[in-house]
Amino acid sequence: MEETLMDLDLKEKEEYIINMGPQHPSTHGVLRFETCLQGEKVKWIRPHCGYIHRGIEKMSEALTYPQLVHLTDRMDYLSAHINNEAVALCVENAMGVEVSDRVKYIRTILAELTRLASHQLWWSAFGMDLGALTTFFYGLRDREKILDIFEESTGARLLQSFITPGGLMNDVHPNFQKRTKEFVKYFRKKLPEYDQLLTGNVIFQERTKGIGYMSLEDAISYGVTGPSGRGSGFHCDIRKIAPYSAYPLVKFNEITYTQGDTFHRYLVRMREMWESLDIIDQLVDNIPQGPTMLELKAVKPPKGEFYQRVETARGELGVYIVSDGGPTPARIRYRTPNFSNLFIINKIASGHKIADLVAISGSLDLVIPDIDR
Amino acid sequence: MALLTTIKEVGNYFREIYQGVASLVNGMKVTGKYFVKPSTIVTQKYPENRATLKMFDNFKGELILIHDENNHHRCNVCNTCARKCPNGSIEVIARKVVGPDGRTKKVLDKYIYHLDTCTFCGLCVPACDENALKFDNTFEHAVFDKTKLVKTLNHPGSSKIETPE
Repeated sequence: MEETLMDLDLKEKEEYIINMGPQHPSTHGVLRFETCLQGEKVKWIRPHCGYIHRGIEKMSEALTYPQLVHLTDRMDYLSAHINNEAVALCVENAMGVEVSDRVKYIRTILAELTRLASHQLWWSAFGMDLGALTTFFYGLRDREKILDIFEESTGARLLQSFITPGGLMNDVHPNFQKRTKEFVKYFRKKLPEYDQLLTGNVIFQERTKGIGYMSLEDAISYGVTGPSGRGSGFHCDIRKIAPYSAYPLVKFNEITYTQGDTFHRYLVRMREMWESLDIIDQLVDNIPQGPTMLELKAVKPPKGEFYQRVETARGELGVYIVSDGGPTPARIRYRTPNFSNLFIINKIASGHKIADLVAISGSLDLVIPDIDR
Repeated sequence: MALLTTIKEVGNYFREIYQGVASLVNGMKVTGKYFVKPSTIVTQKYPENRATLKMFDNFKGELILIHDENNHHRCNVCNTCARKCPNGSIEVIARKVVGPDGRTKKVLDKYIYHLDTCTFCGLCVPACDENALKFDNTFEHAVFDKTKLVKTLNHPGSSKIETPE
C-alpha cells in the first residue's frame, strides 16, 4: 500500500492517531475524540460531534410553544425539568405574564431535585470511568428515590415534559411534599458515604489531583460554565447572577474553587449537592397555595427577539426565540452548556496520558445529545 | 547524606502504602456495612414480582379511551387531541350516521393511536374537554412486530355515551 505524506510525517514523529468513540463506554454517548498520541501521551484531541444530531431547533419551528417543550427534554436528558423551565420562562417573559408563587416554588424544587439526580448519576459514572464500580450502584440507589418523586407527580421518570409555558402540566401529587422531605433527610445521611467511598480514596486522588488544569482565562474564553467553570474560579452561576423563579428568595452559596483541576471540578459538584439540599429545605415547607396554570387564551409571544438563560446541572442554558407573533417560533436557538464545555478538552487534556483523558472528559460531565441537539 | 535521603524515600514509600490501605479500609467500611445488613437491599426481582408491582397513578404508560361498563366512550370527534399532538400520533376518524330525527351527525369510527411515535408529552389528555382520554399504567410495550404498536383505542361496538340534552 502506498504511504501518504501524512503517514510518513507521523512515522517520523512517532505519532499515531486513534479514535476514542463514537462507541466508547466512557464518552457516555456517541462522541468521537480523534486523539493524536505520542507513546501514551496525548498530543492533541479533535472532538467530532454530530452523531446524534436530530435538528431539534429546526423541528421546533413547526411546533407551537407548548408542543416544542417536549423536545427540550431530549437535549440534556439529565436536566429535563430545567430545560423545560428555560423555554417556559422565555415564553412567559416574552408574553409579559407571571406565574403564581406556587408554580415558582415547585419549579425551583423540581430543578434542584433534577440537579441532585444529575450530580448523583455523574458521580456514579465518574467513579465507574476511573474503575470504581461500587459508586455506580450507590449513586443509582439514591437517584431512584428522586425519580420516584418525579414519577408520582409528573408520570415519567426521565423525560417529564412537566413545566410548560404558563405553569405546570398538572398539580403535583399530594405526597410530593412529604416524599421530598423524606428524601432530603435520607440523602443528608447518605452523602457523607459518597465522600468516604470515593473522595478520600488515594487512587482516586492520585488520578485526579493536578490533572487537566483549566485556567480562569481559558474557562472564560471557551465559555465553560457550570461546575466545570466554577472549578476554575469562574463565577458563572446564573442562579446568582440573574435569579429566576424562586431563587431570589433562597440563601445558598455559589461554590467556586481556584485550583481548576479535575479533582476540584469534582469537589464543586459534591458541595453543590449540599447546597441543593439546603435550597430544597428552605422551599419545601412553605409551598404557597395557588393556581398551577395561567388562564392563557393562546400562547403567542409578540413580535420580537427574546432570550432567557438558566443554570442547568451542567452550566448555562440559553434559549433565544425569534417570534413573528404567531403560535410557532420563527427561529429558536439553544445555547447549550455541553457544546461549550466540550471544546476545551484539547486545551486541558493535551500533554496528559491517555488514561487521564477519561478522567478529564468525565469531570466535564458531558451529555452528548445536548452537544448535538 | 545519601543514606538520609534513602531513609526518607523508604519512609515515604511505607507511608504511602499505609495511606492507601487506610483509605481502602475506610471505603470498605461503607460497603461492608451494607454487606452484613441484607435489610438495606433496594433492588427488586422484576419479572418475578409482576403480580405485586404497581406503578404510580400518574404514570404515563399508554393512552386509552375511557369506556364505561356499557361500552360507552365520551369522544365527540372534535379532533383537538390530534391537533395538540406534536408528532401526529393520534388519528381520529369519523363516520356520518343519520339519527332517528333525520339529521346526520358525526360519530367516532376509529380512534387510532400510534404508540411507536408517541413521546408521552401528555398534551392530549388535558386538551380533551370531555375527559375522554387518560394514560394507563401499563409499561411492558415491547413487541416483535411494529404494526402491533398501532392501536385502535375504541372498543368494537362501542358508542358515545348519551348525554341528556
